[in-house]
Amino acid sequence: MKERLIGYLLLVCALVSILSLGLITFFIFEAGLPLIFKVGLRNFLFNATWYPSGKPPQFGIAAMIVGSIWVTLGAILVGVPLGLAVAILLAEIAPPALVMLVRPVIQLLAGIPSVIYGFIGLTILAPLVRQLFGGPGLSVLTAALVLAIMILPSIISISEDALRAVPRTYRDGALALGATRWQTIWRVLVPAARSGIVASVILGMGRALGETMAVIMMLGNALQLPRSPLDSATTLTSNIGLEMAYASGDHRSALFATGVVLFLFIMVLNILANALTGQLVFWQRRVSIWRAAVNFWRRNGLVRDRRAP
Amino acid sequence: MNRQQAQRIAFAMLWLAAVLTILVLAVIIVYILGQGLPHLSLGFLLEWPHAQGREGGIFPTIIGTLALGALSLVLAVPLGVGAAIFLTEYTRPSPLTSIMRFGTDSLAGVPSIIFGLFGFIFFVTRLGMGWSLLAGALTLALMVLPTIIRTSEEAIRAVPMAFREVSYGLGASRWQMVRTVVLPNALPGIITGIILSFGRAVGETAAVIFTAGTALNLPSSLFAPTRTMATHFYILAIEGISLPKAYATGAVLIITILIINVVANALITRSVLRAVRR
Repeated sequence: MKERLIGYLLLVCALVSILSLGLITFFIFEAGLPLIFKVGLRNFLFNATWYPSGKPPQFGIAAMIVGSIWVTLGAILVGVPLGLAVAILLAEIAPPALVMLVRPVIQLLAGIPSVIYGFIGLTILAPLVRQLFGGPGLSVLTAALVLAIMILPSIISISEDALRAVPRTYRDGALALGATRWQTIWRVLVPAARSGIVASVILGMGRALGETMAVIMMLGNALQLPRSPLDSATTLTSNIGLEMAYASGDHRSALFATGVVLFLFIMVLNILANALTGQLVFWQRRVSIWRAAVNFWRRNGLVRDRRAP
Repeated sequence: MNRQQAQRIAFAMLWLAAVLTILVLAVIIVYILGQGLPHLSLGFLLEWPHAQGREGGIFPTIIGTLALGALSLVLAVPLGVGAAIFLTEYTRPSPLTSIMRFGTDSLAGVPSIIFGLFGFIFFVTRLGMGWSLLAGALTLALMVLPTIIRTSEEAIRAVPMAFREVSYGLGASRWQMVRTVVLPNALPGIITGIILSFGRAVGETAAVIFTAGTALNLPSSLFAPTRTMATHFYILAIEGISLPKAYATGAVLIITILIINVVANALITRSVLRAVRR
């Protein structure tokens, strides 16, 4: 009796996350959809004028969509080569001791609050960009560079897992054919780990797209279509974050409608990434650190493993 | 260029990328600590802020952060560990578990601003909690739930099968086995997940602002609004209230996160040693 009760209780616990995902979807849509119908989907998505206090008020999020896309693509452009390079190094080249040193660094990068990143962008990078390239400094370029750092942990950890998952025989085969280590990595391992690497890029995109506070601090928040990387801009997230504090009525609904669009973008990215890896991917490292640590100790014979044959 | 040279250049680039990554982290930490530590004192930690934080310390925001973090963990840990136990010990892979996994993974990918919107419309408005400690903690609990489920699952799976078999062999029921054999052995891993989740709760801003509010006071009850360190830091910086105070608050934030990560790493290493020695 007690046993069965506990079983049911645990089942309820396990259902909480899917239930809350459902609740989130329902309430965001409930608050946002009516406004989309009122304004018209096409007008909402493709009108670049956002003027909630106008008469009549204008709710077009095109400028923010463009801003989000610019910033996200910029972050990917810088973050992916950097992250992939570190992942290759950790998975294939670096000695285990160095791997154990770098991994906490990456975990720490993931742990630093986004307001700190935003502050760094605001106080260090923005003045630098202003001096070097001109423009207001608080710009798409600044935000993209900092976001590139912010998405590094996701890209590194998932790509590294994907690279490590490539069967040993691929490596041995390529080396036996006389390929150099680099040729092996670039022509054999990276293509073999392709789907995992692409998944890491997609999840990184999701992070960049969803980041709010840091972007508010770095992007200048100008309601305009950015014409160059040195322009200020607004994103879907930063507009919600800035205006939620005082919005009411239709204005507030419009922010929720923006949330609906953002949520749909993110869910599409999540599902894409999941389909690619064949299994659902957790975008943070935590779990693999554990596994890698066990392997490290074992490999180096620091502890005996009685379970090994 | 022959292929050996190509390899040398490529490897040099890889090392450069790694050095750059570490350097960026070093710059962030050194810069914030370098600018913040001179303004930091015991008084800053224990004094009440004046003039929106232009003067004085950050005492109430420290209490607010701790209260919010602790309460969100109190809510999330039983649910998360329970879910992990169910997924590992009480069921086989089935359509139901893949739905649960989809929920957990998607929840992990939902941006914090969406959690903020949801917390605002559901906990704050619909359930009438207002901007409050409770609404903030409930929202944060949902945010950290995926981390707790995943780390607990991994820790539980790392407990050797033989332990379970022995326990069953001695006549234990499933729950007795879980409670006396699996959980104690998985505990270090579970705690690591909890500590990292606390770090996430400490650093979160977007979701907290819309659910716990920004009131600069001690949370006197579950239904009182509060302000966390991260929120305070954000407001100080973006409203240009006081840069020195912002640096000092940032330094406290960074130090907190550093401590959390060091403790988590120490736990990982220690428990790995224990797990492998067995």
